[in-house]
Amino acid sequence: MSFFRRRIIFYLITAWAAVTINFLIPRLMPGDPVTALIARNQGRIDSDAEQSLRVLFGLDSNQSFLEQYIDYWGLLFRGDLGLSFTFFPTPVSDIVWQSLPWTVGLVGIATVIAFVLGTLVGTAIGWRRGTWADGLLPISTFFSAVPYFWLGLIAITVFAVQLGWFPSNGSYDRSLLPSFDLEFLGSVLYYGFLPALTVVLASIAGWILGMRNMMVTVSSEDYVTVAQAKGLPERKVMFGYAARNAILPQISSFALSLGFIVGGTLIMEMVFSYQGIGYVLYQAVNTHDYPLMQGVFLVITLSVLVANILADFVYAALDPRTRQEG
Amino acid sequence: MSASTTSGTGRHADAAVREPVLEIKNLSVDYGFGQDPTHVLRQVSLTLNRGEVLGLAGESGCGKSTLAYAATRLLPPPGLITGGEVVLTDRSGERRDILTMSDAQLRASRWQDVAIVFQGAMNSLNPVFRIGRQIADAIAAHTPGIRKKQALDRAAELLDMVGISPDRLSAFPHQLSGGMRQRVMIAMALALEPQVLIMDEPTTALDVVMQRQIVEQIAELRERLGFSVVFITHDVSLLIEIADRIAIMYAGEIVEDAAAQDVYRRPRHPYSRGLLRSFPPLRGPRRELTGIAGSPPDLRLLPTGCTFTPRCGFSTPECSRIHPELGPTAFAGAEPDRRVACILHGDVGTLPPELAER
Repeated sequence: MSFFRRRIIFYLITAWAAVTINFLIPRLMPGDPVTALIARNQGRIDSDAEQSLRVLFGLDSNQSFLEQYIDYWGLLFRGDLGLSFTFFPTPVSDIVWQSLPWTVGLVGIATVIAFVLGTLVGTAIGWRRGTWADGLLPISTFFSAVPYFWLGLIAITVFAVQLGWFPSNGSYDRSLLPSFDLEFLGSVLYYGFLPALTVVLASIAGWILGMRNMMVTVSSEDYVTVAQAKGLPERKVMFGYAARNAILPQISSFALSLGFIVGGTLIMEMVFSYQGIGYVLYQAVNTHDYPLMQGVFLVITLSVLVANILADFVYAALDPRTRQEG
Repeated sequence: MSASTTSGTGRHADAAVREPVLEIKNLSVDYGFGQDPTHVLRQVSLTLNRGEVLGLAGESGCGKSTLAYAATRLLPPPGLITGGEVVLTDRSGERRDILTMSDAQLRASRWQDVAIVFQGAMNSLNPVFRIGRQIADAIAAHTPGIRKKQALDRAAELLDMVGISPDRLSAFPHQLSGGMRQRVMIAMALALEPQVLIMDEPTTALDVVMQRQIVEQIAELRERLGFSVVFITHDVSLLIEIADRIAIMYAGEIVEDAAAQDVYRRPRHPYSRGLLRSFPPLRGPRRELTGIAGSPPDLRLLPTGCTFTPRCGFSTPECSRIHPELGPTAFAGAEPDRRVACILHGDVGTLPPELAER
């Protein structure tokens, strides 16, 4: 149990450091968001409002740095990430909460599918080399080698424009009201299929390749030969002895890729005009929307941390050697 | 290895009926699938009798391990068995060729009939499973309908038998020392009371004290359970202590096959003699260690005739022309159980005195 306690403490410290850096960076950046906001609104905001805007953004110059820091933590615990400049005066937390589920839902599911499928295919072709299945390797590598935006555009051209099977953009039928009924969910799946397919195609090669190579390495380990010599059923040798050990590095990569789900899908969301968090971040960067950027960064950082915690624990459950003390 | 304590532990087979349990006949193995494969084993024939400890010795790369892997069909690619038979006689007297068994038959026979302890004690156990589970799954695979609890109880018994406390069942391999892991492997190998135990350099990675304990343990267990052992090692002095019979391999062939004491006292093949002279004797007067000049041949470019000719101190012009077959020694009448592959044994008169000790 001490293993888990030590990991938890480690992650608490990491989270504290991440939040603190997130607090510091905008304050170290040149330029002043309030002046930027007033400049963008070109006289529509009275210059008398400057001081109140500063208070609103937490840039109250009367407060000391430490007071600001403590206030920042207080706001954070209440889920208050400040107000967005771009979508003024919508709170950042609202924007994040609106876009996060779309990204997590779509890319999350696509990543899990790619991982499971890729690992299974990698297990099979790593176990039995020299069959027709080896041909999957160059094909999948091709899809991950072409630039993603191009793959997305080709998918839209072929399946949305030429064949008209899928919509080319958006995340659900705009004529429907978002609710948890079958029609709406069906629409979400329908709109999400093409983006998800391209994400799976683009990322599956890495999983296949990684698993295949580990299977090849592990297959020549003595314990696999011993398992064969014991006369265990082939399935048991393949999954219990070879794949069970080969999957360990895959788990680490999977955790890392979970972290990237939140932040790393900007191109997909742009190509498919999907209303995810990557797109929000893109807008925030374009418009110098510091509170929104800060909020998105915080969410990304925390999700990477959570993914790492999960991976650490899954890894510890799968590999007894990492549980050792000291 | 101390000579006084272990000598003689394995020498009861002479009294037993000579009943073969594993017969390897003309086994040939190639490495490589291409136009020009390397012939790593060439027509190897060897018989293991019931209850016997057969030692297999030779320099590195002479094909000892390949023989063990090929005879159990565990040879990894690009190894390819190109001919021969491996006939197993089970307890009821039924004879089956391992090399022609179907996959299902082979799986059923493995571990049940022939169990193997591999060289790498460190890597022979799956690092992510508890050792109890690893012993139990071998039992479960061959005992349909056995409950998990029963298999684990049996695993605990086996651990106890090799001197490991049964509460280590729930230990992971990395929590055990090298010697303990090798004992676990031995316990696992004996789980189904196999007829044949193949041990491929089981003590190589261990220190001498551990070596001795392991070897004594094997000898004692063999006494109790009555299995036959093929003991592969390059340590000839160890073999002389534990083996009933020794087969000496050179460059993928067996060059001498005789009772352990005969090989030790009266080697008939120049290579056996060289090999014995590379180790200090455990008993008797001191003698100078000579070793064997040169190194084992490249199996891709074998010399014609006898493969040992370039390194042999007794070679004649004939040797590089005629390939010797494993056959009786020059004293065939007096030693019917000995076989040697050397043309010098064609005639007692021409045999150098070093190879003619009596």
